[in-house]
Amino acid sequence: MTTTLPAYDEVVARYEPVIGLETHVELGTNTKMFCGCPTDFGGEPNTRVCPVCLGLPGSLPVANKAAIEATIRIGLALNCSIAQWCRFARKNYFYPDMPKNFQISQYDEPLCVDGYLDVEVNGETVRIGIERVHLEEDTGKTLHVGGATGRIHGATESLVDYNRAGIPLVEIVTKPIPGSGALAPEVARAYVAELRDVIRSLGVSDVRMEEGSLRCDVNTSLNLPGEEWGTRTETKNVNSLRSVERAVRSEMLRQAAVLDAGGRITQETRHFHEESGDTTPGRSKETATDYRYFPEPDLVPLAPDPAWVAELKAELPELPRVHRRRLQQAWGLSDLDMQSVLNAGAVELIEATVAAGATPAAARKWWLGELSRRANETGVELADVGATPRQVAELQSLVDAGKLNDKLARTVLEGVVVGEGSPTEIMTNRGLEVVSDTGALTAAVDEAIAANPEIADKIRSGKVAAAGALVGAVMKTTRGQADAKTVRDLILQRLS
Amino acid sequence: MTELTKLSAAEIAGLVAAGETSAVEVTRAHLDRIAAVDDRVHAFLHVDSDGALAAARDVDARRAAGEELGPLAGVPVAVKDVLTTKGVPTTVGSKILEGWRPPYDSTIVQRLRAAGTVMLGKTNMDEFAMGSSTEYSAYGPTRNPWDTDRIPGGSGGGSAAALAAYEAPLAIGSDTGGSIRQPGAVTGTVGAKPTYGGTSRYGLVAFSSSLDTPGPCARTVLDAALLHEAIGGHDPRDSTSIPAPVPDVVAAAKRGATGDLTGVRLGVVSEFADEGVEPGVLAAFNESVDALTKLGAEIVEVSCPHFRYALPAYYLIAPSECSSNLARFDGVRFGLRVGDDGNRSLEEVMSVTREAGFGPEVKRRIMIGTYALSSGYYDAYYGQAQKVRTLITRDFTAAFERVDALISPTTPFVAFPLGARTSDPYQMYLADLFTSPTNLYGGPGISVPCGLSGGLPVGLQVMAPTMADDRMYRVAAALETAVGTLTPPEL
Ligand SMILES: [Zn+2]
Repeated sequence: MTTTLPAYDEVVARYEPVIGLETHVELGTNTKMFCGCPTDFGGEPNTRVCPVCLGLPGSLPVANKAAIEATIRIGLALNCSIAQWCRFARKNYFYPDMPKNFQISQYDEPLCVDGYLDVEVNGETVRIGIERVHLEEDTGKTLHVGGATGRIHGATESLVDYNRAGIPLVEIVTKPIPGSGALAPEVARAYVAELRDVIRSLGVSDVRMEEGSLRCDVNTSLNLPGEEWGTRTETKNVNSLRSVERAVRSEMLRQAAVLDAGGRITQETRHFHEESGDTTPGRSKETATDYRYFPEPDLVPLAPDPAWVAELKAELPELPRVHRRRLQQAWGLSDLDMQSVLNAGAVELIEATVAAGATPAAARKWWLGELSRRANETGVELADVGATPRQVAELQSLVDAGKLNDKLARTVLEGVVVGEGSPTEIMTNRGLEVVSDTGALTAAVDEAIAANPEIADKIRSGKVAAAGALVGAVMKTTRGQADAKTVRDLILQRLS
Repeated sequence: MTELTKLSAAEIAGLVAAGETSAVEVTRAHLDRIAAVDDRVHAFLHVDSDGALAAARDVDARRAAGEELGPLAGVPVAVKDVLTTKGVPTTVGSKILEGWRPPYDSTIVQRLRAAGTVMLGKTNMDEFAMGSSTEYSAYGPTRNPWDTDRIPGGSGGGSAAALAAYEAPLAIGSDTGGSIRQPGAVTGTVGAKPTYGGTSRYGLVAFSSSLDTPGPCARTVLDAALLHEAIGGHDPRDSTSIPAPVPDVVAAAKRGATGDLTGVRLGVVSEFADEGVEPGVLAAFNESVDALTKLGAEIVEVSCPHFRYALPAYYLIAPSECSSNLARFDGVRFGLRVGDDGNRSLEEVMSVTREAGFGPEVKRRIMIGTYALSSGYYDAYYGQAQKVRTLITRDFTAAFERVDALISPTTPFVAFPLGARTSDPYQMYLADLFTSPTNLYGGPGISVPCGLSGGLPVGLQVMAPTMADDRMYRVAAALETAVGTLTPPEL
């Protein structure tokens, strides 16, 4: 793995990559795309089904208006034109997890076309062209039991769960993205991250890559400078931001090795492997099925009322990029500081913590410091670290009120992330509150002065810096539960 | 008891409402008739005696409780096996669905139940409604009660034969290229294809989604209108269903029954004259045109130059859609499964199941449709056929600017002997020559008996603009007053 870095530099010196991304987003509508079945995650197999999503003979689809609205909003957020008239199409192929052996999708008449999404990479804005955004239905899930590969061939038994069949799925396809050179993997990652944020800000999907509600296919090709674009491969089901970046990089390296050796790239589907970070070939596109697309005759054409579309456009929320810029100004952060907030995935968390009463600086300190460190250690997303913005704000309010000092606050936070309760509860239960009773503190200070006469003399003679040693002694006797500044003030006051 | 089976639906409903007979009595009479004659006709694939008697008892109980019942309460109805019936076998005439009991009722069947009609059972049909003689049923052909050596038309031969054999006063059919009207014509009964979208397809096992239209079959025009009214209207579960009230077809049928067509302009499509219509059929048609003139109608010749392309376009669009609609029959979730012996892969089991479950005509159309939709051929076949469809629609629209309705023979020939056309698909397809344009356009059409040729019934078709179904009922009912209903020989 350590040898890939220099190789990568050589690759991008010799070849120009062109990438493209196809993203599938499961919409968070209450019901499925063409029937009234619920879409909630989980549930015993085949319990969220009806004649329509099971494709029983005679059943007919009825399009979910909420899903159409969500798709149009995504299209508008991606600066697309919304079709005034378009149709669903049937994509025909046989597979047991597709109840009808065709998928209702869109073909040459997508709902949204020709948009773009601006993303930030290394402080630069890159404009990613959006080819199309269309709506389709998800398939069920097949479990092949027996056999060596877990694939359809060689299995002794196949079990199908249709709970997911018919859940609305939005497909977002970029235009080819040339010109990003060595940054291609980062551009791919930044695009998916930005797309995820945009969709989350619209509230139309929970866009959780780990649960498969956002799935990504990555197209990659290499060409020599000045020559035509190369043959592309499609890497399927790349299911985290990190994997998007790794998949592009790994495929660039692999293709370069093939081309360097005088070989040619096969147009094919490849599978990404999370553990090794490399890709292996799947089904070859050259023998791919002819999908025999034709307009879905069971559905009427979609003709979104332009006035309705205009209304949806007017009601779009502030897009994440604009929103972030506003926050950066409000929080007074440099570009670099803002970037570290973004990299940590802490924007919304800090925003919510500020909303709960903390200052931006304090909120940022906790989320980027203690909590990020802990998230890294335990390998979870920052949002799942175990502390809520409200708890962090409460913790900071205890610090501001002088009830906790920095060290005690960290201890309390440890209790919060393991679920011991609210910061106030933990502070009270564990007896961690700062000793603020000045009578007890004065006694401790006097005790320290008496035990260290030389230091006391130094301070009396004006060497104020020497007070630190006495503060340390007091903190020791109070087991850290004193406020250091108060102790210092007290010492100076007694010795003045 | 025999008399009950010879009554019209309107008459039966009247007797039940007046308490002069009961729904149970009427139902028993029809079940007895089925038991007596259906071994010679084979109109039914499944007779649901228990379900029918239970439904009849329910109607009688509701009437006894003083509930107000609809105009068809207590009337038996036979349902083409293309519509799902909850818990009652639905095969679509195919081996691939043998033994399947759907978990849900089609909208049409739900509405039949809500109207208080009594479903007797499921009628025979060409497999997946693909055929014009009911000979392609996987369960053996239905025979024409006029001559049991002849076909009853198709695909809905079972429904039409059940009416002609007095096994049921009402029946439901489905019409994709003529499957209600052509069997109506060759059995001397009335069959109406409503406007596409005027009757719900929810629960109609799809053959060709953009053409399939469920509709009423009866022995009189008024009965067909009553049934049409009961099953028609918007259904939110069918996206292609038209959100508008059912045209007032019952009032139109009653108005037509006065025998006055003064002020009605009827168009005769000139192109149909060249299309090899049997002389006997043409003679009966021409006599009917004279009769309609006597009733006050004005007859105008109109040109619909693209109608001649209807059949080829139909035989591309319907197979294309069927190739996709029938993909779901794979043995995974319902119906037949063959070859699941532990040695075959899932894909092989799907393939072997389809090979065993579909008959030759269904396979032929799946192959044609798969070809027509494949990349590189789509524009030349499916795309071209859709253009023809637009041109045919324009012909209709232009014609309806000049006339209120169009008339033609329903089908070029009378009932042919069993086996006469099964070896030549094209000869079979010709049965839909005059009916398929209406399906491509989406408008309504009705076949009404207009006379005999060589002792066999001939039908006249009335075609109207979309959502003007009432017009065709008026003309058909008027013609019925002149021609009278046709009575087949005793079985
Ligand atoms: Zn469902």
